[in-house]
Amino acid sequence: MNPADLRYTRSHEWVRIDGDTGTIGITDHAQKELGEIVYLELPEVGHVYNAEDEFGTVESVKAVSELFVPVSGEVVAVNKQAVAEPGIVNDDPFGDGWLIKVKLSSDAEAGSLLSAEQYAAYLKEEEKHA
Amino acid sequence: MKFLPTSDADRAEMLAAIGVPSVDALLSSIPDAVKRAPNLPRPLSEIEIRRWLSGISRRTVNAFESDFFLGAGLYHHYVSSLADQMLYRAEWLTSYTPYQPEVSQGTLQSIFEFQTHMCLLTGLDVANASLYEGASALVEALLMADRLVRGRKRAVLSAGIHPEYRETVRTYFGNLDLEVLEVPLGPDGATDRAALASAVDENTFAVALQSPNFFGVVEDWSVGSEAAHAKSAIAIAVVAEAISLALLKPPAEGGADIACGEAQSLGVPMHTGGPLCGFLACLTAHQRQIPGRLVGETHDAQGNRAFCLTLSTREQHIRREKATSNICTNQGLMALAANIHMSLLGKRGLREVALQSHAKAEYLKAAIARLPGYRIPYARQTFNEFLVEAPEPAAPLLARLAARGILAGVPLSRWDRSRPNAFLVAATEMNQKVEMDRLVAALGGRS
Amino acid sequence: MPVEVEDKAKAAPAADPKHPEPRQEPLVFERSGKGKVGYSLPPLDVPAVVAIPPELLRGEIAGETEISEVEVARHFTRLSRLNFSIDQNMYPLGSCTMKHNPRTNEEMARLPGFATGHPFAPESASQGTLELMWQLEQVLIELTGLSRVTLQPSAGAQGELAGILIVRAALAKSGNPRTTVLIPDSAHGTNPASAHFAGYKVKELKSNARGTLDLHVLEQAMTEDVAALMLTVPNTVGIFENEILEIARIVHAKGGLLYCDGANFNSFVGVAKPGLMGIDVMHMNLHKTFSTPHGGGGPGSGPVAVTERLAPFLPRPTVERRTDGTFFLDFDRPDSIGRLRTFLGNYGMFVRALSYIAAYGNRIGEVARGAVLNANYIRAGLADTYHLKYDAPSLHEVVFSDKYQTEQGLSNMDIAKRLMDYGFHPPTVSFPLIVHGALMIEPTETEGKASLDAFIHAMREIARECREDPDLLRGAPWTTPVKRVDEVAAARNLVLRWKPGY
Repeated sequence: MNPADLRYTRSHEWVRIDGDTGTIGITDHAQKELGEIVYLELPEVGHVYNAEDEFGTVESVKAVSELFVPVSGEVVAVNKQAVAEPGIVNDDPFGDGWLIKVKLSSDAEAGSLLSAEQYAAYLKEEEKHA
Repeated sequence: MKFLPTSDADRAEMLAAIGVPSVDALLSSIPDAVKRAPNLPRPLSEIEIRRWLSGISRRTVNAFESDFFLGAGLYHHYVSSLADQMLYRAEWLTSYTPYQPEVSQGTLQSIFEFQTHMCLLTGLDVANASLYEGASALVEALLMADRLVRGRKRAVLSAGIHPEYRETVRTYFGNLDLEVLEVPLGPDGATDRAALASAVDENTFAVALQSPNFFGVVEDWSVGSEAAHAKSAIAIAVVAEAISLALLKPPAEGGADIACGEAQSLGVPMHTGGPLCGFLACLTAHQRQIPGRLVGETHDAQGNRAFCLTLSTREQHIRREKATSNICTNQGLMALAANIHMSLLGKRGLREVALQSHAKAEYLKAAIARLPGYRIPYARQTFNEFLVEAPEPAAPLLARLAARGILAGVPLSRWDRSRPNAFLVAATEMNQKVEMDRLVAALGGRS
Repeated sequence: MPVEVEDKAKAAPAADPKHPEPRQEPLVFERSGKGKVGYSLPPLDVPAVVAIPPELLRGEIAGETEISEVEVARHFTRLSRLNFSIDQNMYPLGSCTMKHNPRTNEEMARLPGFATGHPFAPESASQGTLELMWQLEQVLIELTGLSRVTLQPSAGAQGELAGILIVRAALAKSGNPRTTVLIPDSAHGTNPASAHFAGYKVKELKSNARGTLDLHVLEQAMTEDVAALMLTVPNTVGIFENEILEIARIVHAKGGLLYCDGANFNSFVGVAKPGLMGIDVMHMNLHKTFSTPHGGGGPGSGPVAVTERLAPFLPRPTVERRTDGTFFLDFDRPDSIGRLRTFLGNYGMFVRALSYIAAYGNRIGEVARGAVLNANYIRAGLADTYHLKYDAPSLHEVVFSDKYQTEQGLSNMDIAKRLMDYGFHPPTVSFPLIVHGALMIEPTETEGKASLDAFIHAMREIARECREDPDLLRGAPWTTPVKRVDEVAAARNLVLRWKPGY
């Protein structure tokens, strides 16, 4: 379910590392919880964030969630198509539904994020407490 | 008790079904220490309630049976019988907030129409479903401007804005680390253009101007919007006498980003000051920051046009402490009343009411100006309200006239003790020439 | 979305011959036609002047209506018939207290002294205006057991803000307004929103397994930096915090104040007094407990009652009575939090509420008794059908969840939509947040046994449909004027008004 080549956060974002670029999005679990997404508030290219900073919000009809960067970096790309058609994030959260790309400012951070298995285990724990 | 449809037999059956011996058993989770029967009179029948409250009602003003010239933010305009009687319909009166759109299309469509009317009148793109009244509408507009222009702390307000609006702003701002700077009016009764421009700086997030202002003077919206935009602040147009929107240049044409205030003049009876109908309208670019409820057009599962509440994620029930406002209940029924009234008057009627109100006020103003000892201190054009300086203290004068059935105006000393002889006079399409002549005679006779 | 401005007579016959009445009503703007008139005014009896320079005037109001009274009457009558209303059937909306709206209240509010009164008339001409407010304050004082009441706040949310501002002013006067307000996670969204607008940080307290406040959690959280605990009594799952006196003690021991959200006052009005519970400040909703009509989303009115200690901080002005029996407005209140709106409050709702309270008088406890009986009857009738998350006794509302139905892939939203086909407005489904898939049911005391039985029957039928015919729920509602509305499309493609030439 959760692609093995990605790293995950407890706030349900994922990051794919390619060299010094990180592609960031929200997980399938997150898009299911939100329901049909109607609006994305994303930053402009050039913004610099530290890991765990809030970089935007994702809205459905009944909920709003803040988005947090998994890794520190500078925004180099924003998925304009997703902004125009937010439903893409529901349909393909790990692929075409990516949100932003950042140029990493540090190599070390991705390691401290969750692996696909750890994220899946975390979701199971969360479900128990619901 | 005629509001309780449960008979003794019903109650017994229900208690048996629940499995308790008495209703008191169901209240056992409330500690005895806090239980207390109220010390109130016996229940009154409908006949007795009517007798009692009618007596109280007779001990106060009846605008239909007096010569009535009170304004200062609340105006006596005619509301048609149809608009009033429509509100008696159960489906309007006793329905709820339209959270379930499939059973609330009447309310939703009516709000959509109200939103449209306010856009047509203000010239702006988007309007909300109503706010409580004018003062809190200004507060909401300022907070909205603060969200749009982050990082600044000060709102610049013209002193021509209604004093109770400004007082309300100060109550809210005092707890939010925001400042207010008031710019005085010039000697002609309008906001001083140069003074306003120099009060606005890089720390200003909004500039607000009212027209007609508290003294009835017609201001130029561009004075506020130019000052605001010169420093990238938000220009807010405040309207307390909303029928003026049918005659005067709309806020949008004057460069306003947000228009807000009181729509009471557009079909809501005075009701001794409430319930009223606050409004807020803005440009499309800012719509996501608009407070309060919004109705949007969409379709249903069969492709038919339908309406629903939308952009609810801004609101308190979802966003909680990050909401754009804490508003929940608004003024739904009054927005309906305004919608019906505006629909009936329409393009020509709204303008005619505005023209009549203005013409009547001009007649009265000129007649009072001719009275020895009386002055009209502000030279600038007014809409339907104007300030008068009497040759004696206004409050006792007006009290004497009230005893004769003439409610001649509102003394300024209510807010400004430094001007004890000044009072505000308003006129609307409701005032007849004979009443105005009576007022002038009474003032002239100084009796 | 363009809409055809066709004559309804030329439209295709309705697809379902059992529903011949038109379900779509054009916008009032779409019924407009040049030259039509819907008003009449007397001729101008003074010279027709326009003494305003042309650059400050507007042109015509493009797009505004030109329409007859007949069409307006039909338009709004037809629109009204697309609405459910309490006069039609029960609205079991939890925490909304959708009780019957007595029509005598409407008559009383229209008495000319109230309907055409103006708050700036001279005091001598306003004695009736002020007396009505004073009388309402007296009965609310008696019902709450507190000392003074302000009628100024325009609705419950504004009452909450007023209450927290009063708390802040009182603590600031003693030297330290503090920084934080404690709010249970079961609270209505207006609570944290109001606390925020009063300049406070919010700390959320987790409810215990019983659905109530955990005293241990409260004790840990209650520090000298906490200004107040905002408590809904009974809470939003209809359970009374029976340790209320201990809760008050914990809060007061650290110098904090106890705020009561009175939205659920219908469960104990006339039976118990908040003033005896250690509550310092409480808002009430005249449009809930005191029967003023909801009107499709307002107006409301949110009076706030306070202890003697907090009275100096009430909004300005207050209504006072002199020893000679005359009334006046007191603006000379240096410690007041100021004003929260123009004029005196939603006056028309004061008249309605006083008329209502007078009709009950010393029998007003029957309201709470009836409300509690009705809610428990529903609880008994549905406890084997729907999941009850909290076992504790319910007062005036009962909160089920959709847990059993989610096992069949359905949710509380589907149940809500299907309930409309049975003629009922759904219960509250989006709140409280501590119950996932909540069905928050508050019948109020003005429902009779027949109505409650019909509701219980409908809910049981729907539960059966969940098991036997789930598509009936997924596609619901079937019999309403419009079918399930696409709220996602509304949000993705915002159309918030009609435009001329649209």
